[in-house]
Amino acid sequence: MKFLHLVWGNLMRKKLRTALTLLSIVVAFLLFGFLSAIKEALTGGVSIAGANRLIVRHKVSIIQLLPYSYKARMERLPGVALVTHQTWFGGIYQDPKNFFMQCPVDPESFLAMFPEFLLPPAQKAAWLQTRTGAIVGRKTAERFGWKVGDRVPIVSTIWAQPDGSRRWTFDIVGIFDGREKNTDTTPLFFRYDYFDEVREQGHSWDRGQVGWYTIRVSDPAQAGAVAKAVDAEFENSSAETKTEPEGAFVQAWVNQVGNIALITASILGAVFFTILLVAGNTMSQSVRERIGELGVLKAIGFTNGQVLAMVLLESCVLALLGGGLGLGLAWLATSHGDPTGGYLPMFFLPPRDLLVGLGFSLVLGVVTGVLPALQAMRLRVAEALRRM
Amino acid sequence: MNGTTGGDGVLVAVEGVEKVFHRGSEDIHVLKDLHLTVPAGQFLALMGPSGSGKSTLLNLIGGLDRPTQGTVHVAGERVDQLSDHRLASWRARHIGFVFQLYNLMPVLTAERNVELPLLLTPLSKAERRRHVEAALAMVGLSARAKHFPRTLSGGEQQRVGIARGIVTDPTLLLCDEPTGDLDRKSGDEILDLLQALNREHGKTIIMVTHDPHASARASRTVYLNKGQLSSAPVN
Repeated sequence: MKFLHLVWGNLMRKKLRTALTLLSIVVAFLLFGFLSAIKEALTGGVSIAGANRLIVRHKVSIIQLLPYSYKARMERLPGVALVTHQTWFGGIYQDPKNFFMQCPVDPESFLAMFPEFLLPPAQKAAWLQTRTGAIVGRKTAERFGWKVGDRVPIVSTIWAQPDGSRRWTFDIVGIFDGREKNTDTTPLFFRYDYFDEVREQGHSWDRGQVGWYTIRVSDPAQAGAVAKAVDAEFENSSAETKTEPEGAFVQAWVNQVGNIALITASILGAVFFTILLVAGNTMSQSVRERIGELGVLKAIGFTNGQVLAMVLLESCVLALLGGGLGLGLAWLATSHGDPTGGYLPMFFLPPRDLLVGLGFSLVLGVVTGVLPALQAMRLRVAEALRRM
Repeated sequence: MNGTTGGDGVLVAVEGVEKVFHRGSEDIHVLKDLHLTVPAGQFLALMGPSGSGKSTLLNLIGGLDRPTQGTVHVAGERVDQLSDHRLASWRARHIGFVFQLYNLMPVLTAERNVELPLLLTPLSKAERRRHVEAALAMVGLSARAKHFPRTLSGGEQQRVGIARGIVTDPTLLLCDEPTGDLDRKSGDEILDLLQALNREHGKTIIMVTHDPHASARASRTVYLNKGQLSSAPVN
């Protein structure tokens, strides 16, 4: 610690050069933070998916509907503890860019299935009593300034009213929060019985059908057997099913975007390689410029090890400072949540990635400093003093 | 005075030293069968023309380099056989260096420069501060303690260099052309200071110089020419 002022003084020797190097490290770690947040937004659903939940969808495609009657048949299968369903509503609030998910659901089984959605009991009771009632996540409520008691018009791109209008009006009866930080609190859920009643009034061809089912299994170890049993139950029917763990289902959605982990790693790899060269060059130059001074330090008694440690400390301080600043800025920038208006509802920088980033910055410091530090360590004193 | 001497009061004993530098296929014999003893408390001036090997000899005595042949004893220790690591610790304990171009750290203030050798000791921050203040007071620079080298004159920078050299109370002070980069007035002030350190504080000093005016301040002068010592200049 008592050498810290010397380390700091050396970093401040060429302020502009240090500032530019620092800036490049800050930008690299800011990018790291943003990419981590995007990755979390796209893949976070996989990590929070329930291990005891299965998704049952149409074997052909997720956009094909399944009969509502399947619910009762699945409930009778051994190992099935609970069944609920959702249907994609595809609604727009005021403007197409105001994207968020809406689904008609069965309130009781839905809330029992997804305990990560926290709804006050009074609001749950109000939902059960209001046919046109809807609950909305905190993020979307705050985004549009909705509060309990508001009537909200949503235009569906898929489902029409009996009169042909696509405008649906819901009464906001509850606002739910997420149990975990990465619980998605952007969707709006409304009652399936109201939804199906409207479809029935309109003699819609798809009444009595739902988008997909979620099953809770009694024993997660038996999830595979239950999935097989479900698919076997509906084999050779007009709507065969494909049952898979919730995590795999979410992953399949994510994979439509691409291999997020590979894309992120590739971008960061290129960025960090460049930073390695920039910071490494700064450190090498800095050591070359003060070979005489390093000779003086050795002459007055600094050991080779102390000189090595001092140069390494210098590069580590630079990298940690840049990394810390970049990650801090990234954290600040991502703390406001989804910047896309609803496409990345779980956009945030996880604390795990903050720590990984700090680890990276330390590694960057060591890697960029090790060669100049070895060069400084190997200096012959008498030779170095001649270069003062 | 800090340090130990041989039984006969000799602080530095250089015996049969040769130093050969290899430049390509050529061997350059800088020092040849050189013998020198310096008693404790002496102020020795080492004179000679450029390239005569003065600085090389100073480096060997200060443990900055090793002889090709021969032995160097300082304060009872055979320094030519110490490992790099032990040599560094030995230098920190026994040797103070004063360089021609001051060799201060431009990024540190005068007091921080003087403190540098003390960072290698187990002294507390308060103790280090006391030592630094005493050394700066001794060279008459207390008022300039917070100044960076670039804001000091050449003479002041050299005084900071001397304060850094004596702050650990070393056994031996080695000065390589300490007035070589200064005007006459500043040079005289530095020589006054070295003389006072020798006479009043009993510091053993070996000073390399070209300048007869500077060597006149020493208690003994030896001349180095073509790698060999003599007590009188060789024409």
